[in-house]
Amino acid sequence: MSEPWTPIERELAEQMRGNDIISVRQFRPQELRTLLSIIERFEGDQAGLLRGKVLAALFFEPSTRTRLSFESAMARLGGGVIGFANAGISSAAKGETLQDTIRIVENYCDLFVIRHPREGSARAAANATSLPVINGGDGSNQHPTQTLLDLYTIKRRLGRTTQLRIGFVGDLKYGRAAHSLVQATAMLGNDLVLIAPTSLRLPKRHIAELDVLNASYEETADLPNAIPTLDVLYVTRIQRERFADPLNYERVKNVYQINRAAVDTGKNELIVMHPLPRVNEIHPDVDASPRAAYFDQAKNGVTVRKALLALLMGAVR
Amino acid sequence: MSDDVSRHKKQVAKLRHGTVIDHLSPGMALKALEMIGVPKHSAALIGVNLASAKAGRKDILKLENIELSDEQIDNLAVLGPSATVCYIREYEIVKKVRVKLPEVLEGVLRCPNPNCITNHDRLTTSFDVERTSPTQVRCTFCERLISEDDIVLL
Ligand SMILES: [Zn+2]
Repeated sequence: MSEPWTPIERELAEQMRGNDIISVRQFRPQELRTLLSIIERFEGDQAGLLRGKVLAALFFEPSTRTRLSFESAMARLGGGVIGFANAGISSAAKGETLQDTIRIVENYCDLFVIRHPREGSARAAANATSLPVINGGDGSNQHPTQTLLDLYTIKRRLGRTTQLRIGFVGDLKYGRAAHSLVQATAMLGNDLVLIAPTSLRLPKRHIAELDVLNASYEETADLPNAIPTLDVLYVTRIQRERFADPLNYERVKNVYQINRAAVDTGKNELIVMHPLPRVNEIHPDVDASPRAAYFDQAKNGVTVRKALLALLMGAVR
Repeated sequence: MSDDVSRHKKQVAKLRHGTVIDHLSPGMALKALEMIGVPKHSAALIGVNLASAKAGRKDILKLENIELSDEQIDNLAVLGPSATVCYIREYEIVKKVRVKLPEVLEGVLRCPNPNCITNHDRLTTSFDVERTSPTQVRCTFCERLISEDDIVLL
């Protein structure tokens, strides 16, 4: 894409330089839309943009896909990556606080991505250093690069991220990816359909957030009737360990499995998304459907992370 | 002296020097005392669930020989958004101020989320005030939205 940057894009890029990405809540709706249009400029080759720069990827809990995606993004921009893949091999195992680890590592790098099991850890890390920090997932709170890649996938597939009817199905109680995207899509002005069994409904505090936003949403347990009304179906993993009674798990698992026949009752434009890894929420027969967007998400994740790394380093062409 | 102040004078007549915190939300006087700290060498009087013309029920806290800082006064607003603070000298109200909830509450509250980093690493807690009456605050770290009933003092 060679069109010149718009003044709004330039302004946002200037604002983000040297800053942190902690939460989607830090962006106003218009800023989110602008950010998505900037990200689109990072499709294709930007080799050398971050040559000589070092990303510290500190993963206090393992997340292979997020880490690989950041490493790939940094490599494609010509930069290097240092860090660790789990807390066991970091100084945290010896009782060092997160803030101390950050103060040491900041001497070795130009920016950070932090993955940590406690909520608020990314903010705590950002407070400890003047270098940019990207939140790679803080407990059950936020995973903003996942949310941005979800939004970006919707934009690439459907041309917009507003005035859509977006269904979320599966584990809405514990699924962080769903929580965060529910919040972001509500901010951007979409109709939400929250599809879950009673035991896995969206927690009250997230409903309260939707009410603060004056968002349009409905709750249902009825997936088959919801599908034909949707533009996006966002599927999340239902984990066996969330159920006290294994029989309940089996029942729910089968009711909410998405297969080709179910997906084909949807609109032509319907896309099916999933933060992956999937277990059996989506039958493999959906993979060949043009509606399957979940492998795009992984690809788009690298583009999104490239854009964010470059923006925070102020290295934009 | 206005009627309002003279009525107050009657209510607090027993205090010679000190501070009266009035119109705290019902049940919050003990928390207010906790927040200010129990005085070591002077008296504190607590009134719980008193009838109030304004708001049905209220709590009241009287502190002998103690004056509060502006910051302490503003922080009290989490315990009653319409609370008032009166300074008493020689049985007279010399100053009356209304509390005003600050935009950010630092080092006052504890995050009720057990998995919040502030409950594990030694960090100064911080909460953005999102709404007043009823009070709603948000942990700056874990982003949890916390309603008045779930507010926990440090
Ligand atoms: Zn917190």
